[in-house]
Amino acid sequence: MKLERRYLAIPYVIFLVVFVVLPLIVVTYYAFTNGEGQPTISNFVTFFTNARTIGTFLYSLFVAVVTTLVCLLLAYPAAYILAKGYFAGKGGMLLLVVMPMWINFTLRLTALKELLDMIEGNLAMYPFLNTIIGQTYDFLPFMILPIYNSLTRMDHSLLEAAEDLGAGKASVLIKVMLPLSMPGIISGVTMVFLPSMTNYVVLDMLYNSTFIMGSLIGSYFSSYDWHNGSMVAATLLLLIVLITYIAEGGSSASGERRG
Amino acid sequence: MKKTFHIFWIVLILLFLYLPIMVLAVYSFTSSTMIGSIRGFSLHNYETLFTTPELMDMIRGTFLLAFVVALISTILGSLGAVGAFYSKKKTRSAIELLGQIPVVNADVVTGFSVCILLIVFFGMNKNTYIPLVIGLCVLCTPFVYLQVMPRLSGMDPYLYEAALDLGCTPSQAMIRVILPEIIPGMVSGFLTALTLSLDDYFITSYTKPAVFNTISTYVVNATKGAQTDVKTALWALSTLLFVVIVIVVVMMNLTGSREEDR
Repeated sequence: MKLERRYLAIPYVIFLVVFVVLPLIVVTYYAFTNGEGQPTISNFVTFFTNARTIGTFLYSLFVAVVTTLVCLLLAYPAAYILAKGYFAGKGGMLLLVVMPMWINFTLRLTALKELLDMIEGNLAMYPFLNTIIGQTYDFLPFMILPIYNSLTRMDHSLLEAAEDLGAGKASVLIKVMLPLSMPGIISGVTMVFLPSMTNYVVLDMLYNSTFIMGSLIGSYFSSYDWHNGSMVAATLLLLIVLITYIAEGGSSASGERRG
Repeated sequence: MKKTFHIFWIVLILLFLYLPIMVLAVYSFTSSTMIGSIRGFSLHNYETLFTTPELMDMIRGTFLLAFVVALISTILGSLGAVGAFYSKKKTRSAIELLGQIPVVNADVVTGFSVCILLIVFFGMNKNTYIPLVIGLCVLCTPFVYLQVMPRLSGMDPYLYEAALDLGCTPSQAMIRVILPEIIPGMVSGFLTALTLSLDDYFITSYTKPAVFNTISTYVVNATKGAQTDVKTALWALSTLLFVVIVIVVVMMNLTGSREEDR
């Protein structure tokens, strides 16, 4: 009897193997071959010796670090206030904060672009600032929600116990609350960090001429350069595996979703 | 003091998230083509939105595509969850690891790799819409799985056995006992899949037929182009979708809290 039920997973498994695993294998194959199908490391060499690609890689790392930090600084107090502070138990407020996740991100960015246009006059003048504003605007709810979840799950009496035992407000925060909410922070960071390296539509829509890693794939795609494009995709893939591996210690990235 | 700061911080976050949408919504009801310039009230943008065939086709196409993708993903993902739940622990964690790939992967990489496999490697024709539907299902199916699995774990394991003892065949027990238990998970999985594909830009743009556009790809092209009429009609679309989402979220919250009360 048990035999029959587990066979239901077969279509799902075949689907994942054919359309998730196989594409990644083919991308890796394309990354290390040339137009004639001969194995080569020239795409690899091009990627790691070209000033433009390496510059883009480093710039997008920098952008991702800054965006993640800004999101974290805005999101942590917000998540705390919603979970344990003045708005605790008022579910409507949390809903209001995470609702932008369900609105099409290109339409939201159109709105942001029009507003920034009015404030700044010429968007092209502040490419870095606009990248950070745009990405924070897009990804902030994805940082708030996991931190909120880990804070609500936290046992409140632990904080009280720390205070009763003589810990000051700062040490309660640093020694008790931060470590206990670490799974939420890690999960939020992974959900913001990666898209900030790859979501180039945010930059495109704000009339940005700067490049991040995703833009490289986009431009190779437009010029039908599958082999160099695959090299960038494979590099990103490696980075994703690395980030997931590091993050695995504390969090489970499930259910919630980045933009 | 503490209370004031808490309110101040949340208001700040809400202003940041909603001010652009609100300003755009107000301007969608004017004849103005730029935010900041003051013009009179006008329904011109809404008229353009509903009378331009190109825009209506694009909106209808986006929703039809999202619906088809959500349907396929829900079936595949639910079957996967039920099958994996009754598999050996090792098999189940292998399946879960596979499913994690599209969840943690960057959408650019997912879209590009599906494009490389189907269109470049197998030479599939983009105009069949098959690469597009497959690409979006790759993204959505694991999320359905993740929504259905908790329903199965929370289920009383003896229900199924009891049904068999009382004379159900295995397939009857599956449909009459297990299916009703996982339906809430399937519904929220379906809705997640729907919002994911409505929101997607990258997978769509790497796998779609050249002439087909979803809201996301259309909006991105429109911001690059100079067609002012279309651009401001999109403000109207944005406002309408925002209102729809607010209504859906409020309704779901009301029914959701009622279910928790039971």
